[in-house]
Amino acid sequence: MTTPAAPLIAATGLTKHFPLGRRMFGPRRAVHAVNGIDFEVAVGETYALVGESGCGKTTTARMVLGLEGVTAGALRFHGKPVAELDAAERARFRRRVQVVFQDSNASLNPRKTLRQILGTALTVSGALRGASRAEVRERVVRLLTDVGLTPAESFLDRLPHELSGGQRQRVGIARALAPEPEFVIADEPVSALDISVRAQILTLLARIQRERGVAFLLISHDLAVVRNVAERVGVMYLGRIIETGPVGAVFARPVHPYTAALVDATPLPDPRPEVRARDHVDIRGDVPSPVSLPPGCAFHPRCPIAVERCRSVVPELVPLPDDPGVSVACHRAEERLAGLALPTVSAAHRPRPQEDPA
Amino acid sequence: MSGRRGAAARGAHPGVPGGAGNRGVGEPEGVAARATDVPLGATPVLELRDVVTEIRGVRGLVRPVDGVSLTVRAGQVVGLVGESGSGKSMTAFSVMRLFPTKAARVTGGEILLRGGDGRVRDLRTLGPDALRAVRGREIGMIFQDPASYLNPVLTVGRQLEQQLQAHGLGQGADARIAELLTDVGLSPEVARRYAHELSGGQCQRVGIASALACRPALVVADEPTTALDVTIQAQVLRLLARLQRDQGVALLLITHDLGVVAEVCDHVYVMYAGRIVEEGPVEDLFARPRHPYTQGLLAGVLDLLEPKPIRVSIEGSVPDLVRPPSGCRFHPRCPHAMPICEREAPPLLPRDEGAALGHSACWLHDPGVVGAGVTVEPGREDGP
Ligand SMILES: Nc1ncnc2c1ncn2[C@@H]1O[C@H](COP(=O)(O)OP(=O)(O)OP(=O)(O)O)[C@@H](O)[C@H]1O
Ligand SMILES: Nc1ncnc2c1ncn2[C@@H]1O[C@H](COP(=O)(O)OP(=O)(O)OP(=O)(O)O)[C@@H](O)[C@H]1O
Ligand code: SF4
Ligand SMILES: [Mg+2]
Ligand SMILES: [Mg+2]
Repeated sequence: MTTPAAPLIAATGLTKHFPLGRRMFGPRRAVHAVNGIDFEVAVGETYALVGESGCGKTTTARMVLGLEGVTAGALRFHGKPVAELDAAERARFRRRVQVVFQDSNASLNPRKTLRQILGTALTVSGALRGASRAEVRERVVRLLTDVGLTPAESFLDRLPHELSGGQRQRVGIARALAPEPEFVIADEPVSALDISVRAQILTLLARIQRERGVAFLLISHDLAVVRNVAERVGVMYLGRIIETGPVGAVFARPVHPYTAALVDATPLPDPRPEVRARDHVDIRGDVPSPVSLPPGCAFHPRCPIAVERCRSVVPELVPLPDDPGVSVACHRAEERLAGLALPTVSAAHRPRPQEDPA
Repeated sequence: MSGRRGAAARGAHPGVPGGAGNRGVGEPEGVAARATDVPLGATPVLELRDVVTEIRGVRGLVRPVDGVSLTVRAGQVVGLVGESGSGKSMTAFSVMRLFPTKAARVTGGEILLRGGDGRVRDLRTLGPDALRAVRGREIGMIFQDPASYLNPVLTVGRQLEQQLQAHGLGQGADARIAELLTDVGLSPEVARRYAHELSGGQCQRVGIASALACRPALVVADEPTTALDVTIQAQVLRLLARLQRDQGVALLLITHDLGVVAEVCDHVYVMYAGRIVEEGPVEDLFARPRHPYTQGLLAGVLDLLEPKPIRVSIEGSVPDLVRPPSGCRFHPRCPHAMPICEREAPPLLPRDEGAALGHSACWLHDPGVVGAGVTVEPGREDGP
């Protein structure tokens, strides 16, 4: 048996706590943004992190990019700990790992033309060191064309504010592609876009992956986007991955009660009464503060099937016995597999509006 | 085979019991009201007729609402959908003349509201004081950002009390406030709290309580769940549906999310660049969209339970309303555009004989233009 190639990126026990000002005589407090997560992204794969606001998705991305120091845990790039990379390897890592943000507007210099923005991205990365002006221009034109900003010549001298939101997002993608990365982190790349433009950007990302073999870490709060774009997903809750595996398996049969609640809460674009009248998983309340994480399973205060153990012991993310590829962090995962149901509430049925008596 | 999806497909997930496998296992006998059953004869509570709203800005004159007609009937949930900048919020603001900018003005049309006494009035003819009496009393409002309309220095209870007093309902306010908070799933104790002490979902519940405080016949909700997480959104949507059922208020729900429309609306209006391009009962509109824009929008909707290869269904992006396209405003992006589309704006034509299924504004529906018998394949009918 041959050993499989090391994953492109592997995170183990990745943790980030943001210290808060200390209250007088009080205990040291911190925002527990990310609390020991493990995930791997294979070469050419799209792995998604999904979860509600504040669950630690962006913080995870920033740690992978090296924009945020880690409180604990390790990150490996092609099997080698990133902390141990030498200067040359670190430069290569920075070039090979790129990012696309939700709001390209905020990340593009408003006073630079697209030619300057992309030209800098090409030369700074070393990909075009010492190239002539004409060579750089030609590469910029090719990049613009690649991301669908055509005819490219008409975009060269535009400023970011002279573009629509979707066009700006294309520039953000072009800039990420300039250094020929093998891994792109896309943090909510389509959340700010309209439906029609969203499809354009998602097909662009899919084409880039197909043609260039780029791997993606897709960060999104939208399960439908993740289901339609990614191959594998990690569902996050309060800084932990609570269920992970192939998107089809995870979303068709959510085992963790929180995954089930997320799937259930996602609106279905199907107005037929029989779909609308479906029962709903009965999850109440809000996500608690990450400053004082609930002990045990962080989901237990909202979990309808929590038992005593859930209140004290943190459940580990373990592979399901029947289903290679899906791992779940829930004390009752095996019982769920054996048929343990979540309580449901029925949808509000509305009576027919009254006829006008007149 | 038709592209419509069988209920069986939805219920077919092997599903861990109580998981997603529960959804869609239809028990039709429990379904009292089919979305399309809303009687056309139900009393209109709000009727917009050819409303035009203009904004005189530095870049010139824009008309974000350009001849919009729309009806909300008693007890109905009506959706107004469209992409960013299409004029949805401006339409809502026009009803109450509550604009975010002084430069905006309703310049045409009628805005007919049926009051609690059954009298129909044109809100455009009301002066500022009369209109203020209508706002919050006869029309409740819910906004996207709940924190923005809660006063940070007043408790929730004090604000609700002020609102009730302003409309002459100060008698027994404490009991009413406790009842309202309970109705929206909050503890009456929340009355003593300030906005910053509440979560986003709790703030929006307070917003809903405030909208319902004076028992209006109509609530206008502009993106009420857009700022909320999906589990909280589901709670708020279910709450709105329950209140709507129990109290019979009509709801005009503005959203860009077609999933939300599918979940709660009876009837839907699709807006594009300041105009209504299609309207109809939600089930038929989703199953058989007629307008090329609606077809493209629906083709772009992603379904969690039924993934499909993503394809670009509409090229380009929404036009700048300072210089709107001539003729049909969708023509530069429309895959079916014909010469007439560039010249003349298409009228809203019935989607079926008798117009029980609403209207669509596209020249393709005009037999005089394309010749009788030509039909457009709806965008969703692209199944195997
Ligand atoms: N620099 C910081 N200092 C203190 N707390 C922070 C900092 N950055 C993030 N946090 C906190 O860490 C938690 C995780 O935030 P993060 O931005 O990673 O969430 P997210 O999953 O990306 O959410 P969203 O979907 O809203 O973007 C949040 O509670 C956030 O308030
Ligand atoms: N404060 C303003 N000043 C000038 N023009 C404005 C202002 N607000 C909106 N507009 C114009 O009105 C148009 C419609 O805006 P509106 O807010 O109604 O869109 P919307 O459909 O609600 O979009 P969204 O989904 O982004 O909320 C915009 O395209 C813009 O041209
Ligand atoms: S009228 Fe013409 S341009 Fe407009 S939607 Fe119909 S076919 Fe397309
Ligand atoms: Mg984030
Ligand atoms: Mg709006």
